[in-house]
Amino acid sequence: MLRDKRQEYLTALVLVGPFIIIYGALFVWPTIQMVMLSFTDAPLIGPGEWVGLENYFKILSHRLFHAAFWNTAYFVVLTVVPNTLVSLAIAMAVNRLKGWQQSLVLAAFFLPYILPVSVVFLTWNWIIDVQYGLIQWLVRPFNGGEPISLTRTIPLFMPTVAFVTIWWTLGFNVLLFIAGLRNISPEIYEAAALDSAGRWRQFARITWPLIWPVTALVLTIQLIAQLKIFDQVYLFSIGGRQDATIVLVQYIYKLAFQQNRGGEGATAAVLLFAMIIVLSVLQYQLLRARGEK
Amino acid sequence: MLDLGGLVLSAVTIAFALLAFFPLYWAIITSFKSDTEVIASGLSLWPQRPTLDSYIHIWERTNITQWYINSMVTSVLITAGVVISSAGCAYALSQLDFPGRRLIYVLILACFMVPMQALIVNHFVLMAQFKLLNTWAGIILPQLIVPVVIIVYKQFFDSVPKEFREAAMMDSAGHFKILFRIYLPMNWGVTAALSIITFIGAWNAFLWPFLAATGEATMTVPVGITQVKDAYGIVYAKLMASAVLAGLPVAVLYLIFQRRVTQAVMLSAGVKG
Repeated sequence: MLRDKRQEYLTALVLVGPFIIIYGALFVWPTIQMVMLSFTDAPLIGPGEWVGLENYFKILSHRLFHAAFWNTAYFVVLTVVPNTLVSLAIAMAVNRLKGWQQSLVLAAFFLPYILPVSVVFLTWNWIIDVQYGLIQWLVRPFNGGEPISLTRTIPLFMPTVAFVTIWWTLGFNVLLFIAGLRNISPEIYEAAALDSAGRWRQFARITWPLIWPVTALVLTIQLIAQLKIFDQVYLFSIGGRQDATIVLVQYIYKLAFQQNRGGEGATAAVLLFAMIIVLSVLQYQLLRARGEK
Repeated sequence: MLDLGGLVLSAVTIAFALLAFFPLYWAIITSFKSDTEVIASGLSLWPQRPTLDSYIHIWERTNITQWYINSMVTSVLITAGVVISSAGCAYALSQLDFPGRRLIYVLILACFMVPMQALIVNHFVLMAQFKLLNTWAGIILPQLIVPVVIIVYKQFFDSVPKEFREAAMMDSAGHFKILFRIYLPMNWGVTAALSIITFIGAWNAFLWPFLAATGEATMTVPVGITQVKDAYGIVYAKLMASAVLAGLPVAVLYLIFQRRVTQAVMLSAGVKG
């Protein structure tokens, strides 16, 4: 029996070994190193002096950090709730369709989600192009007939990128909502129809409450994902005034990779890290509180 | 009984779907237009004289062949690495009793909360220390961390009836045999779904490959196509051709395995809650 136990431990070690090596070297170790680096004045590559909390004070009072924080928050506001609501509406509409119509419509909404960010960027950059973009047909009348660069005009930058992001990512949420809607038993709707409840009452009294857990899940996933935003904001801001539209991950990138301040970059990363953990835990508690009711 | 409201709703849905698909359609047809036709004003929904010039240009004048090789090799290796190590680890977590089991599970869950984007600085430092920047290994390694795959596997392994394992144990089959002969074959569908979604994720990755591969020769397709520029004028036809080439592999994969992809998305989302 003892031999069996030893055998089992050995098997477990072999099976878990690759995982331990990968996660140890590429997850646990970099995380520890990130925290240590944040207390030094090291460049991106190479050693640095221990400076204690200096980086933290410096960054928390850095004007650009504040800009990055508020831009990220603004982006979250522009994407999370609108994306969730639009996805729910689309999911309900798609769910009504049948057969090949449903597959085709779902594919149209989902296809953008599986494309690389640079494809999404190039496609939309062409559509909004200031000279020849299709969107100019829509925006010119609002600007006295003059074309507008949607990504070079700073107040329009975030809404434009948020719009593209919603178009790009809503397919994922639509799928989750469809899964949720299919879990609602049809008998409930039949009962409601017998009581001659209208479409709106059915939605308010049945669909919305029963779909709430999925809604909460979608909101959480969205919130965490959008706090980590980088790719599309970076791509659309190339050649523009990047500091005005900077987001948090871009701020980390700027400090560490463009200004060669590894220590400060790590500090900004620790701050982002802390923000995401706090928000995840808060969200989780909220979800659980609602789930237990 | 004619449900007029329902009919209108269906029509509106289909109209919206067409609108949502239109940007991709526009990118595709633009890639078949000539440069002069692209800047000719007006909405021409079909190329007047379809041409492959832009594709030939991209194929001949950029490193796209090399980028394709880089993307293929790294994405396939990431997928294989993630799926194999995750299946083994999930089997151990699900079926074996060993010290440190709980700790490992907590570590995997912690991984969900940690933004990989926050680790870019230290991944870069680590890869630089081992001289792995601008190599396939440097692009691959940090992308091997996909905790969802382990958790989905564990959930499925947990639900395999114990009798199967006990019967195999009677025949004195070892754990490896049980994993490869029973647990994995019973869950081929899950493996297929997870592999496709991991591959798509690896192919699409932008931030890390963008940092790890700075030389044109080691770039992946999604990073490389952002480098396609021309010295003068509007080159949208060429840019759209590069975009189509970058999106093609994942789009084809999705269209072939549509049901598996949607299944994988639902599986992995179920885990996050």
